[in-house]
Amino acid sequence: MQIMEMTALELGRRIKDKEISVREAAQASLDRIAALDGQIGGFVTVDAEGALRRAEKVQEALDRGEDLGPLAGVPAAVKDNICTQGLKTTCSSRILYNFVPTYSAEAVLNMEKAGAVVLGKTNMDEFAMGSTTETSAFGVTRNPWNTQHVPGGSSGGSCAAVAACETPYALGSDTGGSIRQPSSFCGVTGLKPTYGTVSRYGLIAYGSSLDQIGPVAKDISDCAAILEMIASYDKKDSTSVSREDYDFTSALVDDVKGMRIGIPSDYFGEGLEEEVKNAVLHVADVLKQKGAVVEEFDLSLVDYAIPAYYVIASAEASSNLARFDGVKYGYRAAEYDGLHNMYKKSRSEGFGEEVKRRIMLGSFVLSSGYYDAYYLKALRTKALIKQSFDRAFEKYDVILAPASPTTAPKLGSSLSDPLKMYLGDIYTISVNLAGLPGVSVPCCTDSKGLPIGVQMLGDCFKEKNIIRAAYAFEQARGKWQAPDLSGLKESGSKAADLAGEKESGSKAVDLAGWKESGSKASNAEAVKEAD
Amino acid sequence: MANIISDETIEYVGILAKLELSDAEKEQAKTDIGRMLDYIDKLNELDTSGVEPLSHVFPVHNVFREDVVTNGDEREKILANAPAKKDDSFKVPKTVE
Repeated sequence: MQIMEMTALELGRRIKDKEISVREAAQASLDRIAALDGQIGGFVTVDAEGALRRAEKVQEALDRGEDLGPLAGVPAAVKDNICTQGLKTTCSSRILYNFVPTYSAEAVLNMEKAGAVVLGKTNMDEFAMGSTTETSAFGVTRNPWNTQHVPGGSSGGSCAAVAACETPYALGSDTGGSIRQPSSFCGVTGLKPTYGTVSRYGLIAYGSSLDQIGPVAKDISDCAAILEMIASYDKKDSTSVSREDYDFTSALVDDVKGMRIGIPSDYFGEGLEEEVKNAVLHVADVLKQKGAVVEEFDLSLVDYAIPAYYVIASAEASSNLARFDGVKYGYRAAEYDGLHNMYKKSRSEGFGEEVKRRIMLGSFVLSSGYYDAYYLKALRTKALIKQSFDRAFEKYDVILAPASPTTAPKLGSSLSDPLKMYLGDIYTISVNLAGLPGVSVPCCTDSKGLPIGVQMLGDCFKEKNIIRAAYAFEQARGKWQAPDLSGLKESGSKAADLAGEKESGSKAVDLAGWKESGSKASNAEAVKEAD
Repeated sequence: MANIISDETIEYVGILAKLELSDAEKEQAKTDIGRMLDYIDKLNELDTSGVEPLSHVFPVHNVFREDVVTNGDEREKILANAPAKKDDSFKVPKTVE
């Protein structure tokens, strides 16, 4: 098996057993990035030198016999809104185009304590505002399953890089679905933990009451191990929660007997693609066959989550992004007239369209005369949404839902109508409002060869329930499959051969298998068009 | 569009947001905010009387700590990020005549 095909845990085992050196693992990632990322665009910054230097250090520690945990020596990528000391952190924004943090985020420090080797920083929607990674100031990221389609967003770079096997895993952040939706579009596994589980210290804030860092990887075992590594109580984040349990990997058991699973029938309304709906029902079936008790229920208030979210997130963003003024770091306008004009010009030239749109909306809903009508109304709605989840979790251990109403749209088809794009977040957003954990698990591909992810949601602090359900489903689905990138290889890159072994055992159920034909053809087409 | 955003409102919000918008951007912002507010008005269908605004999902309280310096001197690294600097300070346009 090729190094880059391995899950993070598998690679970690081989490094521990000295079958593969830390340097070899880092080099394999860097080679693959060099070969493919020109066409994927997953990375904003690649730190080859730093990664190789770091690899030597981790190897030395391992050779000394230090036990750094199961992911020691495994390369990783970090979303570009998570601070990394000495490594450029831009939020994919012009306003931070040259910002080099003097400290690392707590999650990154936790990774480093566990022997992670950071390869570089991944592309994202500017300041995590967007659902397609097209609002990045540094160019789009392409979906490895079909490079004419978006990877989703805002953690599109992290998810595309994992899907293209450029990195064994990555960190993302999720404010309204920014880990789960792109994970679904890219056919990878992405988990948003309960609010407060992973420290936000060093995560450049968008909507502070909603933001949460989480793992993106090939499968749920990796996600559980990564979460175990990055989660911690941190005094530097005043909303950090000291949890009773951090042993998320203990939930990796193939047993859902008696597990109560609810499917919100009000999630199956207008706009949901038939194939996505069938995928959710298929997962429900699989879990049912394994002994889970599945039933439909009414979650209620579904249509109110998006308007409440955009008021709250924009309000918080307008306040959080006030710090970018061209004084202490980042972009400063070349010409201005006095201090205030410098602020205004630096911000107006430094921020992109979507960011300005949300800052304007946020400033408006917080302004005197509108605060009660919009901001407080949204916070009251949030309370009601939380209550409806509380009621649901009295009856169910896990809620099963689509991650997105559709599979990945084509590049360039989303930004012209922001409101329509926002509506695509309908299944992910309420989770952030209620602080819940959620995971998107790849289920199958649609008739266009694009991945469909299914979301599993748990009550606060009940990550273990969704990890268990995801693990049980994976056992039935079969091993994670990489997209076929041979079309990209034809264009002259030196990518390592990924063909390897393909699982085909689960073809009995139509949806269970990963259809293997679609993406190859479409990527070949993409290359032809690019020529 | 039910919500009509006036020129004055856009000017005012621009001041609050510290953004300098071109005329075309202002027109676009009027349309965008108006459309979003039309959509957000959907919240008015909900009876939220007696419901307390929920800022945090958990009953977390302010976290206090002793006011002790824990970070070292990072002046040089911090100033390395400055768009303009003079001696040991950030340089900004003159604000007091």
